[in-house]
Formats: sequence, structure tokens, C-alpha cells
Amino acid sequence: MTSTLQLFLIVSSALFSIGLLAALSRRHAIFILIGIELMLAAANLNFIAFWRFGSQPQPPVGVMVAIFSIAIAAAEATVGLALVIAIYRHYRSTNVDQLNQLKG
Amino acid sequence: MSWIVTNIWLIPAVPLAFSLLILFLSSSRRAAAAGAAIIGQIIALGFSILAFLPTLQAPGFRAVQSFTWFTFGDQALRLGWVLDPLAAAMLIMITLVGLCIFVFSVGYMAGDKNFTRFFAYLSFFSGAMLGVVIANSLLLLFVSWELVGLASYLLIGFWIDRPSAAAAAKKAFITTRIGDLGFFLGMLWLYHTSGTLLFYDNGNGALEPSGLLKIGSSATLVALLIFCGAVGKSGQFPLHVWLPDAMEGPTPVSALIHAATMVAAGVFLVARVYPLFSLGAVNGVTPSLMVVISIGVVTALMASLIALAQFDIKRILAYSTVSQLGLMMVSLGVGGVAAGIMHLLAHGFFKALLFLGAGSVIHGLHHEQDIRKMGGLRWIMPVTFLTYTIGMMNLSGVPFFFSGGWTKEEILHRTAEWPLSRLPHYLMLAGVILTALYMTRQMIYVFFGRKRETSDAHESPRVMTMPLIILAVCSIILAIVLTPAWPWLHAYLNGEPARLDFGALIQPMLFLSLLLVAAGIGLAWLMYRNAGETDPLARAQPGLFRFLGQKMWIDEFYEHTFIAFSRVVAHLSDFLDRYFWDGLVNLFSGMGQAFAVLSKGFDDHAINARVDNTTAGARRFGRLIAARHSGQIQAYLGAIAIGMLLLLVLYAWLA
Repeated sequence: MTSTLQLFLIVSSALFSIGLLAALSRRHAIFILIGIELMLAAANLNFIAFWRFGSQPQPPVGVMVAIFSIAIAAAEATVGLALVIAIYRHYRSTNVDQLNQLKG
Repeated sequence: MSWIVTNIWLIPAVPLAFSLLILFLSSSRRAAAAGAAIIGQIIALGFSILAFLPTLQAPGFRAVQSFTWFTFGDQALRLGWVLDPLAAAMLIMITLVGLCIFVFSVGYMAGDKNFTRFFAYLSFFSGAMLGVVIANSLLLLFVSWELVGLASYLLIGFWIDRPSAAAAAKKAFITTRIGDLGFFLGMLWLYHTSGTLLFYDNGNGALEPSGLLKIGSSATLVALLIFCGAVGKSGQFPLHVWLPDAMEGPTPVSALIHAATMVAAGVFLVARVYPLFSLGAVNGVTPSLMVVISIGVVTALMASLIALAQFDIKRILAYSTVSQLGLMMVSLGVGGVAAGIMHLLAHGFFKALLFLGAGSVIHGLHHEQDIRKMGGLRWIMPVTFLTYTIGMMNLSGVPFFFSGGWTKEEILHRTAEWPLSRLPHYLMLAGVILTALYMTRQMIYVFFGRKRETSDAHESPRVMTMPLIILAVCSIILAIVLTPAWPWLHAYLNGEPARLDFGALIQPMLFLSLLLVAAGIGLAWLMYRNAGETDPLARAQPGLFRFLGQKMWIDEFYEHTFIAFSRVVAHLSDFLDRYFWDGLVNLFSGMGQAFAVLSKGFDDHAINARVDNTTAGARRFGRLIAARHSGQIQAYLGAIAIGMLLLLVLYAWLA
């Protein structure tokens, strides 16, 4: 049982690392968003895995949390994409290296 | 029971897998892409034939595999596959017609730069449709159904650099989505009442007696909501507007959409959930079936009238599809499920034949689609001409040698037996004349008469004519199992043994429809034989012709009502957003600003002087930190990641 849980955790940490790498290394805003979505997916996978292989799996709890967080992720993606579009309209580019007006 | 029956999911999976494979090929591997798509289709066809064989053994064969997708609390969502005569017959038709279209595309799309992508999409389209056919769960059917919608979007808009193609793809997607919303609501309602979305489940499925008992009186509304989806997908009035516009896609796509996939899905869906429609029927009539008949009749007549006044070779065929689908809906509505599906199968073959024939003409004329510029092609393109004639005979409903004739005959029989009224029957008879009329008109414009702008036309290469010949032969061979003397297919679909009875050949209805078809063709010959630049109908009835030529102004009507309405709502929201909500926000920020000005004055004069010294120190420190703040969000993100890592290490160290 534990080995299965570990398997899931390995997959989810791999997913998280890939997402992080994408978010850190990509220069296109949409790819960064995709990376963030991957990290969210990893978190969801953890929820499900810990629920399923935890000590007392209550029937719908883990799935509820995951579905809730998927719904939030969908809303977040909408806002993110809207931001990307707004940024694109403003700068005519989605290269995040050019968006450095936050600098101190 | 052969292994394919238990592994029926392989049939849609193979084309889908090949489609993915092709997507990963580089766009220069053209031969590999076309080869992979065709091999995938051949494998699917082989599997379909293997799956077809066991269904022959016993009348009413049905094999079901269900599995649990996921459990949610004490509810389990189950999906499954079903193989019955309806599915098996559809599988054969889709894979065979699909194969012919794939081969034809090799010739038709030879010069296209996105050749490989095209085959990936075609394969995907075919796989999605096969999924619709063998789904044993309304949810799985819905998933495949949406995949079909996606594939049609990708293919109609295949030439994305044309604005009209992009618009047509969007129109197709959004219009069918309106219907799908109804379908989705119907599905939820069905799950609410029956507690299962499986069609057949050893007596517990939604379409089996105990499930139907639970659904009870809500069946009418559930059926009508599901029918919304079929209306969208099968291009029925009032959601038919996308189908003629879908002609913007490459011609093989039109053939696939109009014959084997997509539009067939709607009719198939109604046939699949037919028990919901016929539940509680009195004398074979239920409110939901009445709606199906009305929509079908309106669609069939409207589309054949519009087809009379079109000049685009593909558009005429598009409207003929709309009208034939209406005919099938009428057949389903009056209780002739087998007749409707038989017409769907026969229609699949001959409509693919007609579209590919039109594609061959368009290809031979260097992408000319206006029938007024064609003419006299029968000597230049003999193979296309002959096969097109066979397709046209099928569509017009000439019996004896042509499958389309027999199935249409069967539908007319069914409408005549409808107990409530003879009106659908008479209207469908009028539809028969109209169909013969507009198809003959098109034949005369394209293949007969003098050559107009066709001087450098040429016959298509063999890779394009071979599929035409195969489809023509298929549509004739199919006629053998459709005759009233040996109605094998009818019995097969109904799950009864077929019997030979030559007496059934002699019946008054047959002579009547033969007479009507002959009248339609003869009338068209008289009218259009010497047609010049202007259409004879346009000369006789210019107003009516314009009305039909403009597709009854339905698009314009939608433009000025529904679309205008949503535009107004959008503008209103925009206005509210800009002025009302922004105004509120601005008010608060203004208050904040006013307060800030006040406090600035206080700060400047009362406090600042003392603090300046301190701030100088803070500023130096701030500059140090600000240097880290490059404005690069990814640097921030990296800092967050490193911080999290440090926290984790700290946690591990402390624990």
C-alpha cells in the first residue's frame, strides 16, 4: 500500500517539478500559465493520493477537495488568460522578460 | 464469442491512436501520414467486419461490457460498450465509407502544405464517430459526440488562412453547442430519474424496462432535451444553418461530415435512445415523436426548396443532406427506426459518392464550384460522370438497382402507415419530386449542355476515381439486401429472421413513387435542358428564387435577432463595467486620494523633518533590496521556489 502511495507521490513531484521548470524557464506567458496548471495538477494528485491511501478514507472527501480545486483552477486560468490578453494588448508581446515594470 | 466482441473498444481506439501518431510526424512525411491513416482505417474496417460476424448468428444479438469509471461516495459512474445490429451496421458503414474518403483525399489534398495534419484530423474524426456508435453509456456517447464536434471544427476550419473557413468552423461549433446544451441537460435529468446512464445493463440500464419504469413521465422532456443535441448535430431546422457553411472545408471533409460521421450521429442518437421517445406511446404516437416528425418534415421540405436555387455544387449537396436527414427523422418519428437507419446507411454510401464526385469535378476544374461555369463534362470526365449518375439515382430514389430508392420507399411506407395523419406522407411525396428535380438540375448544369468555362478540365487521377467506383458498386450491392422481396437488413436491424417473398415487390406505393421520381426528373429535363445564364426558375419567379437563393434569409434573421440580442447584452455589460463599476471603484480611490493628500501635508510638515534621518538609512537598505527586484517575474517565482525549498529543509531538519 505504502509503495503505491509513494508511486503517486513520485509522479506528482515529477509533475510539480516539470511545471515549476516550465514556469521558471519559459518566456511566453501562456507557457508559464501551463506550468502553473501542471503544478496545480500535482497538488490535486497529492490530495487524491493521500485521501485514498490515508488512514481513514471517508468516501467523497478527497474527491470533493480535488474537484473544488479544479474548479478554482479553472477560474484562475480564466483570469490568467484574461491578464495575458490584456498584457498583449498593452505591450504587443507576451514575452515576460519585457514586463519588468515591477522593478524597484 | 470472438475476442473482438469483448474488446470492441479497439475499433475506435485504432484510428485515434494512429491520429496521435500522425500528429507527431513531421509535416514532410506525407506518404507515411497518409499510409498510417489508411492502415488505421483498414484495421478498424477489419475489426468491424469481425464484430459484424457474431451479430449475424442470432437475431437480436447484443453484447455489453460495462466498467466503473470512478466511484463518488456511494454512486458509481459506469461506462461501457455495446455491440448490437445497429452498432455493427454503423461500424461497417463508417469504416468503409471512411476508407474510401481517406484514399480519395490522398489525391484531392496532394498539393496541400498541411497534408499530414489533414490525415491526423481525418483519423481522429473517424475514431470519435466510431466511439459514438459503440458507446453503451450516454456519458461516453456524449464524450465521443463532443470529440466529433471538435474534429469537425478542426476540419471545417482546415484552411485557417481563409476568414470564411474560420467563420464557418466557429459557426458549426457554436451552433451545435446550442443543441449540445440541451443534450447535456437531458443527460443530467436522465441520471437524476433513472440513476444510471448505461443503456443496457442486464436489466438495470436506462433503456430497459425497469429503467424506463423509473423514468416514467419525465421521459418526454428528457427525450426532447436529448433531441436538441440531435437537431444541432444532424442539421435539423432551426439549427441547420451551420451545415451548408461547413462546405468551406476541403471536399473530402464535407463527404465525411455529410455521409459517415457527424450528421449521422444525430439520427443515430435518436435511434439509440428510441425507447425514451416511444415510452408510453398510444397507438405509436407520443408528444416527443410528434416533435421529431414536425422538425423532420419542416427540415426536409425547406432544405429541398432551398437546394433548387443554389449554384454552388457542394451547397446543393449540403442542402440535399439536410433534407435527407429530415426524411430520416420523419421515419424515426413515425416508428420506422429500422427504415430510418437503413436510409442512413444507404445515404452514407451514396452521399459520400456524390460529394467525392463533386470533389473530383472541383479538382478537375481547378477549384471552380459554380455550376453555371461547368457544363458538358460528361465526355471529359466519364468515370466521374457515371458514378455521379449512380449517386444521383440513389438520392433521387430510383428503385430496383439503387439502395437509396428502396430505403426511401420503405420510409414512405412507414409514413403512410402512421395512424394520426397522412400529412407527413403527402409532404414526403412532395419531397421526393423536389429531390429528383434539384438533382437533375445539377446534373444538367454540370455534365450536360454546352461547355462553359471548362476548356482545360481533366479527369481525376486513379486514386480519386477508384473510391468513386467502389462507393458506386457498394451502393448498388447494398440494394440487394434492401428489396422488399428479401428485406434482410430490415430484419437484421429489427432482430428478426428475414424471409424471401417476391410478392412484396408488387405494391401500389412502388409505382406511385416511381411515377413521382420520373415526374421530377422529366420536369427538370424540360425546365433546365436549354438553361442559359439565368436559371429558368429565376426567370419565371424572380422573387421566390431570390428568397430561396438567400436560404430563406434564416441566417439574416438569426443575425438580427439572437446574435443582435447577445451583442446588446455584451455592450450593456461592457457599459456597466466601464462606467458603473469602474465609477464606484474610482469613487473609492478618489476618497483614498483625498485622504492621502491631507495626510501628506501633515507628514511633510509635522513628521518628515524628524524622520528624514531615519529614512536615509532605510533608503540605503531599500536600494540594496530593490536591486534584487529586477521586475522579471520569473526571478520572483524562482525566489519563491527556493524559499519553499528552504522551508522544507528547515521542516525536515526540525522534525
